[in-house]
Amino acid sequence: MIQDIVIMVLCTLGAIFILIAALGISRMPDFYTRLSVTVKASTMGVGFILLAAIIYFMEFSISTKIIAIIFFLYITSPVAAFMISNTAYKTGIKLWDQSVVDELKDADFNKNNEDSNSEEH
Amino acid sequence: MSVQNYLLYVVTPIIALAFIIIIVRFLKGPRMYDRIVAMDLLITSGLGLIGVFSIYFNDSVFLDVATVMAVIGFLSTIAFAYYLDKEDIKRK
Repeated sequence: MIQDIVIMVLCTLGAIFILIAALGISRMPDFYTRLSVTVKASTMGVGFILLAAIIYFMEFSISTKIIAIIFFLYITSPVAAFMISNTAYKTGIKLWDQSVVDELKDADFNKNNEDSNSEEH
Repeated sequence: MSVQNYLLYVVTPIIALAFIIIIVRFLKGPRMYDRIVAMDLLITSGLGLIGVFSIYFNDSVFLDVATVMAVIGFLSTIAFAYYLDKEDIKRK
């Protein structure tokens, strides 16, 4: 009985986090803010739902599999977000006009690209 | 109310609503980057839906699908980022 209540609460939390991520990607004004809210909230929501699956099954082999999925998700999701935002900034996607901090304003990406091209030849 | 009924009538509609909102952004997104982020979020939310399904059907085989989908989502995002980066260098 307590197990059922814990599963229900965790699943509801996870679903609400996923809904928050969806609302964020729909309502945010900028590519970078969209990316930020998406990665954090959706990773958290899926983590809660998979935790509920661990509590439901309560078996060693299945728990190991689910913990492997959660670990992989928590490792790779920030890496993917970093890669896509780095590429977007290099390609020249503008920040929102009310953004406060732009720490990469003075970085010179073109020089690095030319260096890497000359190394390839 | 059993766990299965609760999942079917409360949790799954919330996730389905999230899917609809994400698909609207996927179709609307002004640039390709927005679409890539929306696709990544679709795959991640799909992981959550697979977790809910595996509880609903009392069957842990679905979690293997979740593993493969996590790998595919990560690799597709990395591949799109790499492709857009290289295309930008070539255009210059």
